[in-house]
Amino acid sequence: MPKQVIETFSVEWLQILDEDGNCDEELRPSLDNEQVKKLYESMVLARTFDDKAFKLQREGRLGTYASILGQEAAQVGSAYALRPTDWMFPAFREPGASFVRGLPMRMIFQYWAGDERGSQIPEGLNDFPITIPVATQIPIAVGVALAAKAKGDAIAVMAYMGDGATSKGDFHEGLNFAGVFAAPVVFVCQNNQWAISVPLKRQTASRTLAQKAFAYGFPGVQVDGNDVFAVYRATSEALMRAREGGGPTFIECLTYRLGDHTTADDASRYRSPEQVEQWKKKDPIERLRKYLEKGGLWNKAYDQAVSSQAKEKVESAVHEEESLPPPDPLDMFRFTYQDLPADLREQMEGFVNTNGRRDQRE
Amino acid sequence: MAKLTVVEAINLALKQEMEKDHRVLILGEDVGKNGGVFRVTQGLLDIFGEARVMDTPLSESAIAGVAIGMAIYGLRPIAEIQFEGFVYAAMEQIANHAGRIRTRSRGRYHCPLVVRLPYGGGIRAPEHHSDSNETYFVHTPGIKVVVPSTPYEAKGLLISAIRDPDPVIFMEPKKIYRSLREEVPEDEYIVPLGEARIVQEGTGITLITWGAMLQPTLQAAALMEKNGTKAEIIDLRTLSPLDSETIIASVKKTHRAVVVHEAPATCGVGAEIVARINEKALVYLEAPVQRVTGFDTIMPLPKLEKYYLPDAGRVIEAANRTVNF
Ligand SMILES: Cc1ncc(C[n+]2csc(CCOP(=O)(O)OP(=O)(O)O)c2C)c(N)n1
Ligand SMILES: [Mg+2]
Repeated sequence: MPKQVIETFSVEWLQILDEDGNCDEELRPSLDNEQVKKLYESMVLARTFDDKAFKLQREGRLGTYASILGQEAAQVGSAYALRPTDWMFPAFREPGASFVRGLPMRMIFQYWAGDERGSQIPEGLNDFPITIPVATQIPIAVGVALAAKAKGDAIAVMAYMGDGATSKGDFHEGLNFAGVFAAPVVFVCQNNQWAISVPLKRQTASRTLAQKAFAYGFPGVQVDGNDVFAVYRATSEALMRAREGGGPTFIECLTYRLGDHTTADDASRYRSPEQVEQWKKKDPIERLRKYLEKGGLWNKAYDQAVSSQAKEKVESAVHEEESLPPPDPLDMFRFTYQDLPADLREQMEGFVNTNGRRDQRE
Repeated sequence: MAKLTVVEAINLALKQEMEKDHRVLILGEDVGKNGGVFRVTQGLLDIFGEARVMDTPLSESAIAGVAIGMAIYGLRPIAEIQFEGFVYAAMEQIANHAGRIRTRSRGRYHCPLVVRLPYGGGIRAPEHHSDSNETYFVHTPGIKVVVPSTPYEAKGLLISAIRDPDPVIFMEPKKIYRSLREEVPEDEYIVPLGEARIVQEGTGITLITWGAMLQPTLQAAALMEKNGTKAEIIDLRTLSPLDSETIIASVKKTHRAVVVHEAPATCGVGAEIVARINEKALVYLEAPVQRVTGFDTIMPLPKLEKYYLPDAGRVIEAANRTVNF
């Protein structure tokens, strides 16, 4: 009996806007000028925030912080495709997406300043708090998606992750569940090609991350993650399909982490500055700017207005965060359970007594 | 003799054991080119090459499982899990295989594995980077749990752990990674596993602790001494197997005891110590043994962590409770 090919797959690459701001008008998502400008402004805001967060950390006003420099399009483009009724699960490097969703910027500052109140997602916003243990949000996102499906809600769930996450069991188990139960979930992988010091080729022997989806029985696609149109188009189509019962999609956004892993890292120990310089040329904001300029939608005055508005927003978020009273230590106890168990109450009372005395000593 | 930090002492132990024994190798996330996020494995890739210092994918379960396989085949792997908060995916392998293979195979296979695990609070680290989760491992039969409290201890204990025929979880208190320096011999030496150390002799009370909590315990003891109570301080060093003998002998002498640990109170190692004292020295006690621990709450983010972590003041208050009982 001759051998037969019983299954094949092919991975599509999607780019709509190239590095010079040239756009494939046929593939361009149907967004009006105001919407395109909104994408641009959201990316500028994300970068302005990022720059400020980095500086605050250096001044000792923020704890360890994970920069999003260079990844603005992957975050803004994907989150812009979500509806308020959809759910969103960030990893830890998606503030650009969180702002588009409407999370107050103050809260991201709070979180990285070491204040739990930064994780208290406002009522009405269907976002999960930042998840640091890599990939662990993935099965939970699938669970939310399956619950929505069970209830007959026509919503979709978006779960973010990095390239490193694709090496975790939770990634594979979560995607497999999503495939088996046709969960209305869209996985957005920001492949920034590094997991701290570990390069992509040490993360996987696959040529792409997108192809992993095929093993779980649903489509995977690789998009130019620095092209906000490609990211938006791929994610909005996938979300639509998910909401209509078409099951999951995996979207690999090929991008690059221009900064250190976090403020506690020094990337010069493990990667060459040349690679970083190459990727700087693919800047997601600059290419949309060029596109806007070509279409007569961008000029110096507009640019100044956008950047000063962004600065104002960021400064006022910092001010807001820094003017808050410090968190109440009793919050440690208050949120452990709905009802404080008797023995924990005893620990809390002991804490109040001891701590009162300690504050006097200080 | 050079004055080393805990990080440097561990690095030296790794280097010397790798030079001496070609079966020893390191695997984990960022351990190679980056030298580990705490620089514990700094320089080792250059000396020993990629086959013995392996930068792995981001896969805690596979890091543990692969290391177990290597150990069973006759190598001496040292797996690094980057932070204690990320060890849970590896727990399946640790509990279901590392700890059980000797028993299951009736000695045909065994697992001489070390898992290095930075743990604990006090360094203003992000969420999931500050827990003290030693109890999970202490509660798991078949594995040993070791926690150094100083640079000297770190080197000697790690060498013992590497040479041990059974799996050892080597928990490194991040808080003291760089905050302490002490003279550490260049030559190899061992600190035996399973033996606690009397840090300071005394007769007034026994203070039992380990890891980073030794420092606030020492501060408390210094203040207590000014007020006329000379405490005996025990640094457990190995949490499993636990050196009951040293604890019991001390309590029989001092008649009072306080256990200090960062981990939550309930089922913390302190609970086990109190139980053993009750079993073997109850009638020697003048007062119930006190515990100074983290609370049975989620370890808070940096802005509140100082309220969670035991300090000298809390140790003194607990000691006073036993004295004024
Ligand atoms: C399970 C787990 N292991 C280790 C870590 C420590 N760590 C934090 S981020 C990171 C790399 C993550 O890489 P990737 O998924 O590509 O995301 P990126 O940081 O590039 O956004 C590691 C190893 C972690 N947070 N969670
Ligand atoms: Mg990455």
